[in-house]
Formats: sequence, structure tokens, C-alpha cells
Amino acid sequence: MTQFLLKRVIQAALVMFIISLFCFSIQGTLGDPTRELAAQSMSVEERANLRESLGLNDPLPVQYGRFVKRALKGDLGTSYFFKEPTLTVILKKLPATLELSFAASLIIIFVSIPLGVFSAINPRHWFSRLVMAVSVIGISIPVFLTALALIFVFSINLGWMPSFGRGEIVEVWGYWSTNFASWDGIVHIILPAISLSSIMLPLFIRLVRAEMLEVLSSEYVKFARAKGLPPMPVYLKHALKNTMLPVITVGGVQIGIMVAYTILTESVFQWPGMGFMFLEAVNRSDIPLITAYIMFVGFLFVVVNTLVDLLYGVINPQVDLVGRRQ
Amino acid sequence: MSALAVNWRRLRESDLVHYYKRDKVAIAASAVFLILALMALFCPLIAPFDPYDLTQIDLLDSELPPVWLHGGDPRFLLGTDDQGRDLWSTILYGMRVSLLIGICAVLLQAAIGIVVGLFSGYVGGRVDNILMRIADVQLSFSTLMVAIIVLAIVKNAFGGETYSNWAMLILILVIGIAEWPQIARTVRSSVLAEKKKEYVDAARVMGFGPIRIMFKHILPNCLSPIFVIATVQIANAIITEAALSFLGLGMPVTEPSLGSLISIGKEYLYSGSWWITLIPGGFLVVIVIAINLMGDFLRDVFNPRLYKG
Repeated sequence: MTQFLLKRVIQAALVMFIISLFCFSIQGTLGDPTRELAAQSMSVEERANLRESLGLNDPLPVQYGRFVKRALKGDLGTSYFFKEPTLTVILKKLPATLELSFAASLIIIFVSIPLGVFSAINPRHWFSRLVMAVSVIGISIPVFLTALALIFVFSINLGWMPSFGRGEIVEVWGYWSTNFASWDGIVHIILPAISLSSIMLPLFIRLVRAEMLEVLSSEYVKFARAKGLPPMPVYLKHALKNTMLPVITVGGVQIGIMVAYTILTESVFQWPGMGFMFLEAVNRSDIPLITAYIMFVGFLFVVVNTLVDLLYGVINPQVDLVGRRQ
Repeated sequence: MSALAVNWRRLRESDLVHYYKRDKVAIAASAVFLILALMALFCPLIAPFDPYDLTQIDLLDSELPPVWLHGGDPRFLLGTDDQGRDLWSTILYGMRVSLLIGICAVLLQAAIGIVVGLFSGYVGGRVDNILMRIADVQLSFSTLMVAIIVLAIVKNAFGGETYSNWAMLILILVIGIAEWPQIARTVRSSVLAEKKKEYVDAARVMGFGPIRIMFKHILPNCLSPIFVIATVQIANAIITEAALSFLGLGMPVTEPSLGSLISIGKEYLYSGSWWITLIPGGFLVVIVIAINLMGDFLRDVFNPRLYKG
């Protein structure tokens, strides 16, 4: 176990090293800080002095060392546009994105598990066939199109739901702003959450169904049925438990991937989260904010993936963690 | 019998054709795909207007609805977009752009994936370990995320103007490179299974070099899973391209793909001009569904264990 842990941590560190190198090189080639800091009238000499004092003439490894040291302290530069430390800007936008992902995950869990289980238990039922057919179509519809169609139907034609923004948000504990504390906030989060979940739903329904089908044909389920237990408790208590294991691990990885889709969803709904902020930063050429976002999201991915791997090793002892040769 | 006739008979009697004739969904999906692909290929002949030709565009024609709605103009079957371009012609050209990017990106993925997968599976050991670790890491970051970040940086580095000139090539490169692990993994696992078979030993005993064995002996036996995954990957590449263009990181509005058309229209959705967004969106969805269904069919045929029965 310790060996596996060590291996994973080293790999995570290596990936973070590559990401930081990547960000460092972007910052070096794209953003000339003196152009942003200096006034138009600055002489060439003053500019050279400024470069020297900022350490831009040092050898690259030295500059990279400084970049990493600052990043470890949480200093990822200052945004050109917001005139604030980039990490502060990102952390301010984080609750919006996390709440959106959370709401979407709730929808995924409460829709995919019942549908997947039902269509595994009754594979020939018309409703199961419908679910499978719809899930093929669902996979083929890009998330931004779902979002636009929802806006068209529910906001523009029916006027039931708002189409942009977070609505009324409530501050909790001073630094977290939540959508779930007011009716207006909840109404605002519904359409974005449905759009975001739409991309993952078909995948999860199919996954739950496939895993459930496999478990249902296993010996212990057959035995439980043969023993005379009624079908429903067998399905829900015996079978479902073992179905959840792969679903949890795949789900963990998918949550990381969801971050990418929040960019699309947030841009359609103008949801003031990290993804929308990133797109605006790209349009404004706000290089420090772009690199900070990449570092932050990269870190998030690495942490989530490492945790999921470890979790998988803990709950499924069959996995040979160290990868020894047989 | 000539060689051609033999091959033709072999194809006609193959499992693939046998199952294809019985599968109505596969026939319908491939027919729809073929029709759309041919329309896209011959768009200059079919389209009533050339959307790239500025002299054919009149701003006064902008935002006209499709002919069956009130206020439609018989010249414009599906209406016009915000600049007065005929939507039907623009969709045809856009479909060509989307399909071209999707197919080229998958060819690139396949090229990288096959080479990496063959080496990884055949050579094994440390090479395999390192290559598959890289593939794992790259897969754990979603393609879309990687593509968005790379394109955002490229766009900032080159500036919008240069970027739009090279957009198609850049998109193909980014989508192609970002997705190689999918194919590499598939190839690797089939190579691992093939490698143990006797014909490979025979070839080795005869003194053939590893490169020849990999490409001439093993690769032809790994083709069916490659076809399955490549088909699905075309659908994914088209969706990824549409998403990138939608975010303004893909094809420019002057040479729109289906994604950029949807993105143009989203501003006008609120003013009631839904057709600029939803009609290209419909075409996009139909193409992707057709390709996905073809992929499902191929998977069922090549993988009898999974055959729904």
C-alpha cells in the first residue's frame, strides 16, 4: 500500500511539474509584464531597469525556480483585468462552478441509477428500450445545443425559467456564495444543471445497466433468488451494492471531466463561474489569469484522479496496486 | 475467376454484410450518413449560393425566416443568418468543414495511435510502461479541456487574424493529438493478444525484423477494433470541433463550421430567430447520431460476445 501511495504521489508530482513548466513557458513567451506595468512614456533605459529589478534577465531555471516558489505559496500572479491576485479571483468564482457541478451530479445520481437498474431488471420492457434509444441520442447531442434548446423552450417560449446568471445568491460564512438558499437561486440553477448533466447521463445509465446486468447473472444473486427471497430486495440490496463500485470510480474520473463541460455550460448561461471567467480571460488576453486557471484546474484533476485511484485500491482488494509481475 | 470477383464474393459472403442486411438501424444510419456526406462533398454544386463569396451576400436579407414561416423568402429555403447568408448553403459548406475536420483528426489519431500501440504492445517492458502511463495521464485530462487550453494559448500567441487563416489545420492537429491514447490503447490490447499466436513466432523464426512483423503481420489482424473505435471517434471529433467553434476558438464566422453557425445564432435566439441556431444544430445531431449508430453496429459485429441476443 505504501509503495502504491508513493508511486501515485510521484506520478502526480511529475504531472504537476509538467503543467507548471507549461504555464511558466506561456507566461514567459506571451506576457511581457513590463508592457503591462510600464507607462507609454517610459524610456528604454528605465524599461531595462524594470526588467532587471523584476528578475527577467536571470537565467530561465532561476526564473522557473522563483515561479514555483511563488506558486507553492499560493501566489500565481496578478490578473491584468481584475487587478487582484489571480488565486483570489479564481476562489471567488469557485463556489458558482462547484454548486453547478454538484447540482448536475445530483441529477445524474437520482436519474441514472433508477433508470439503469430498471432497464437491467426488465431488459425487454418497452420503457427500457426507450431509455436505451434516448441515451444513444443523448450522447450525440452536444451540451451547448442542449443548453440552447432548453433556453429556447423554457425561457423564451414558455417563460418559466431565467436564462442567464445566478439570480439571488446568499453569502454563507463570509466567503461562500450559495444558490441553494433562495427560491430565485434554485430556479436559476435548474437549466444549467440539466444541461451539464445531459452529457454524462447517457453514459451513467449505460454503465449502471451494464454493471447491473453482469451482477444479476452472477452466482450469488441466482442463489439468493433460488433460496426464495423476493426479487426486489435481492436486486436492491444484494445486487445494487456491487454495481455501485465501478460506478463510483468511473464517476470520480467523470467529475474531473465535468470541469471542461462547465466551460461550455457557463458560457451559454453566462454563469459567473471559473469557466466563464477563463473564457473572458482568453478574450482579454489576461495571461496571468489564464495560467493560474490552468494550474488550478490541473491541480484539481491530479488530486481527484489520485484520490479515485487510491479509493479504488481500498474498496476493491482484487486490484494489484503495485503492478507486480505474476 | 478474377481476383476482383473473388474479393467481391468474399465481401458479399462475409459476416459484416450478412449482419448489415439484417440490421435496419445500421442500413438507415449509413444511408443518412452517406446522403449527408455526399451533399457536403458536392456542396458547390448543390448550394444555391456561395457563402464564402461576399458579393452574393446582401445585408438587407438578414434574419429572414425559413420559407414555411410567415415572412419567408422563396430564394432562401431555410432562411438566412445575421449577415444575409443563405442558411441552407452555409449549412452545406459548414457540414463539409465539420466532416473534413472530424475525419482528418481521426486519421491523425489513428496514425499516432497505431504506431504507439504497436510499439507499446510488441516491444513491451519499460517502453510499454512509459507510453501507457503517458496515455493514462493524458486520458485523465479531458480532450475538450486540453483542446480549449491549447487553442486559447495558440490564439493569444498568433492573434485572431492569423489564427482564423490556419484554424482548420490547428483544429485537426489539436483534436488529433489530444485523442491518440484512445486508439493506442485499443491497438495495444489487440497486439498483446496477437503477439502470442503462432504465426508471429513463425515470422520471427523466418528472420523478419520487428518492424515488418508489427506492420505487415500483426496490424492487419488488429484492424477490426480500430475501425470500431475510429468510427466513434469521428463522431466525438465532430462534437469537439463544434464545441470549440462554439466557444469562439474554432472556425471563424467567415468560414463557419456547424459549431460556429450555432454560435452565431445564439445571439439571435432571444430575438426570435431560432432557425440560425437550431437548424444547423439539428444537422449536427443527425450526423453524429448516424455515425454513432454505425459505430454501435460495427462493435456488435466485430465483438460477438456483446452481440445483443
